[in-house]
Parts: sequence; structure tokens; C-alpha cells
Amino acid sequence: MYSEKVMDHFQNPRNMGEIEDASGVGTVGNAKCGDIMRIYLDIDENQIIRDVKFKTFGCGAAVATSSMATELVKGKKIQEAMQITNRAVAEALDGLPPVKMHCSLLAEEAIHAALWDYAQKHGITIEGLQKPKSDIHEGEEEEAEEY
Amino acid sequence: MKPFIYLDNAATTKTAGEVVEAMLPYFSEHYGNPSSIYSLGAASKEAVTQAREIVAGSLGAMTNEIYFTAGGSEADNWALKATAEAYADKGKHVITSAIEHHAVLHTCEYLEKNGFSVTYVGVDENGIVKLDELEAAIRPDTILISIMFANNEIGTIQPIEKIGEIAKKHGVLFHTDAVQAYGQIPIDVDRYHIDMLSASGHKLNGPKGIGFLYIRKGIRIRSFVHGGGQERARRAGTENVPGIVGLGAAVRRALRMMEEKTEKETMLRDELIRRIEAEIPYCRLNGDRHRRLPNNVNFSFRFVEGESLLIMLDMEGICASSGSACTSGSLDPSHVLLAIGLPHEIAHGSLRLTLSEETTREELDTVVDAIKRIVERLRAMSPLYEDFLKEKQ
Repeated sequence: MYSEKVMDHFQNPRNMGEIEDASGVGTVGNAKCGDIMRIYLDIDENQIIRDVKFKTFGCGAAVATSSMATELVKGKKIQEAMQITNRAVAEALDGLPPVKMHCSLLAEEAIHAALWDYAQKHGITIEGLQKPKSDIHEGEEEEAEEY
Repeated sequence: MKPFIYLDNAATTKTAGEVVEAMLPYFSEHYGNPSSIYSLGAASKEAVTQAREIVAGSLGAMTNEIYFTAGGSEADNWALKATAEAYADKGKHVITSAIEHHAVLHTCEYLEKNGFSVTYVGVDENGIVKLDELEAAIRPDTILISIMFANNEIGTIQPIEKIGEIAKKHGVLFHTDAVQAYGQIPIDVDRYHIDMLSASGHKLNGPKGIGFLYIRKGIRIRSFVHGGGQERARRAGTENVPGIVGLGAAVRRALRMMEEKTEKETMLRDELIRRIEAEIPYCRLNGDRHRRLPNNVNFSFRFVEGESLLIMLDMEGICASSGSACTSGSLDPSHVLLAIGLPHEIAHGSLRLTLSEETTREELDTVVDAIKRIVERLRAMSPLYEDFLKEKQ
């Protein structure tokens, strides 16, 4: 059900781990739904993401999207990182099964949450960045089933 | 195909060699329609009769109480819907449990949409139905109690005899979904006061697509499939003769092997449980330690998500299953694990291993080693584990 790229990132996750004294840390998702993603950012004085690490509790797609998202933002300027959408993460993985698209959304939100934390700590405003939701599944409706 | 270790026998089993042998002549040799008058048809009819005798004998039932179906789900649907219809004049209340298979639960939801009310009785932390709650739920308009014999996820065996006594005492019909139990543990419909029982062939080394519903004589039951006169006109359609023959052969084999198989599986099961508990920290055995199917092992590993665990096991050639949400396509983990009181994040980290009589100790050694490594790896990746370690310091 997963693409080769998803399987590769799941088996060999890039940038898995923690950053001590990170510039920004963001955690999103909730255990109720089975996915929690945490992103650590190390951002230099030129607002370039020097290093990024992740930790994820979740399914294969959740791990793979975290891994891919870290690859996509590493070395980028904050504003560039802001442009990375969940769709871009999913496309970079050669697609995700429809039921797993929310995992890519989680990756986008985790990056944003870490940037928000960085912005708060440094008293800056990042254009287009909003306070992260505490639960990305808020407002998500399950399709009604008919029997 | 790469060599693999199959520990998902609650999902389905390998069709036994002797079962396939028994079925083969009924495809291209004795292919007659059992309803036909000529001798080619008679041979098929005879084969169906023999299979029905074997199945009836296995339950202490009569042959005219066995109705072949296309499997366990159909039998469950039939038992619930047809009983509801036939007894609606008596009442419109059904009692079941919170941990039933979806074939029962979703059928109950369907009944609810059609004017019936359903009480979902709770279970204790080991998955045993609360008998006092069950008895208290009975109302004057209760027509049916449907409680599974043994649970498919956590393997808990219900106090079926007591449930049967309660149903009988109150004059309520008792149906049991015995898909997981049938062929694994002895069942006697009279002793347990069972009025209806569903079972499936492919869970006991028989073919897929065949099962049956036992309906005690005297129970009003409506036809489930209208058409010809097959199955005493209750379930029309030309009989799946090879399937029925296969089911009969599988039942005969299961009865013959039951004692030996149970002894072997129970020993390996308990050894597997002991090793996992001893070697992997922060795990929890789900289901009752003693009142459980001989082949079922179900653990939750904290801080780990089930689908990730399954994919990594699959990469090592190990077939297992999980109650994680990701394996069901919804956001919620298994209703069974939630019903026994597990918090969501622990329910997501469950792993079910179901053995067969072919499972070896060497295979289980390989599996325990793999689980240890994988759980460790996934925990290193888990923010929940990171938080847990920080809190502990």
C-alpha cells in the first residue's frame, strides 16, 4: 500500500533524533488518533534552518512524512520552509494512500509549530504563520457510513 | 515467496492438505447439483449430507439444525436480522456486548436504525462480559442475547454456560458468534443452552467462503436468501458443495486433533507470554491470562504504534496483526481494546500473535528477538517515550 519512497523513509528515517537547546520545538497530533510528531529546529542568525530532527509516534506514513519534511526544510530559510505544504511532502514521497494524507498534514503542522515556538522565543513575527492548533484532527469529520 | 512465520491464525488459517484432498473431487468429477435427480447429483447430495452430520455431531446438534452459509459474517447477520424480524411481535430489544465482531456490532446498528433498541453490555479489564450487567439489561421486550464465544482480538473465552442459563431463565433466545472458538474448544449446544451459533470454515483449516448457522429446532426463523428449497428453504442457492465438503473435513480434522493441538499451543502460548513479559519492558498482556484461546497472544507495547510494528515485522517475514487505528482505516483503535479500558495511546500499540499447531519454538524465538529489536527502535523514535524518560528522571 505504500510507495517505495515511503518504505525507504520509514526503514531509514532521515534526521531522526533530538536537538539539545533547539531554537524551536513543535509537537502536534494526539495519542488518541495514534500520531504524535515532534520537530526540533536549529536556526542560525540569518534565519536559515541549520539542522532539524524529528521524533514520531505513529504509523509508517507518519514516520515517512516526518522524515521527508525534515529533508525538505533542512538548509532552507524560514520563509522557504513556510512554503512547504503537506501536498509537497506527500508528492516528494511519490504519494500516500488517501487514508494517510492526514499524516502529511501533521508534518506540515509540526514544522509550523516548531517555527511558532522559535518566533515566540525570539519575539519575531513570521509572515503567514499562525498559532498551531493543539490537535490537528480538530474539525476533521469522518465520512458517514451507510449500512 | 520468501520464507515467513505465520502468526495470524485468528485472521485465517492454512487450508489443511486432507481438506483440499477431500474437496478436489467435487470440482470436476462429482460436480452435479445436489438438487438434481440423476446419480451425479445424488453423489453431491450425499457429500453435503455427510458434512452436515459431521458438523451436527461436533456440537451435539441434529442435522436439521445446521444451515450452511457463505461464512461467519453471513451467519451472524442471519441470526440477528431474522430473529429480530420473526420475534418483533414479542419485543424489539436485543442485548450484545461491547467487544463483538463487527459482523454482529454493525448488524446491531442496522437493527437500531430499523426500530430496535440494543444494549451493549460492558466487559471487565480482561474482556469478560459482566454477567450482572447482562442480566440487569433484560427487559420484558428482550428477544435475543448475542454474545461471542471467544474474542477474536484478545482471545478471552466468555462464561457461555452461565450466559446460556441466564437467557434460558428469562426466556430469551441466545445466539453466540463462535467463529474463533469453534474447532478450538469443545462446544455442546445443549450444555451451554445455545439457541443459535455462527461458525466459519477458514478459521479451522477449512476453505474460505463457507460457514454455518446452527438454529435450534423450534425457533422461528425467517429465510435469509429467498429462492430454491436448499437448506430447508431457509437459505436458497445451489450449495457450495466443495466448500461444504471441505468444512466437513476440516471439522473432522479439528475434532481429531483438538486435544493434542490445545496442549501444544497452550504450552507455546504461555512460553511466548512469559518471554515477552520478561524481556520487553512496559508491555501489557491484553485479555484474560487463563480463560483465553489456546493460540492467542495479545500485547500492548507502550510508546509504540501498532502499524509501524507490523510493517517492521513483515519486513522480517513475520505475519501478525494489530488493533491500531491505522490497520482499520479509521482514527480509532480497536473497540475491543478500548472496551477493556485501555487508554487510546496504549490501544494503538497492540500486537496480536495467533499460533497454529505448526508453530515451533524456534519460530517464536525468532519472533521474540524481532519484537525486542523493533520495539526498542520504535521507542527511540517516539516522542512519548522521550517524555516518559524525562519525567522519570
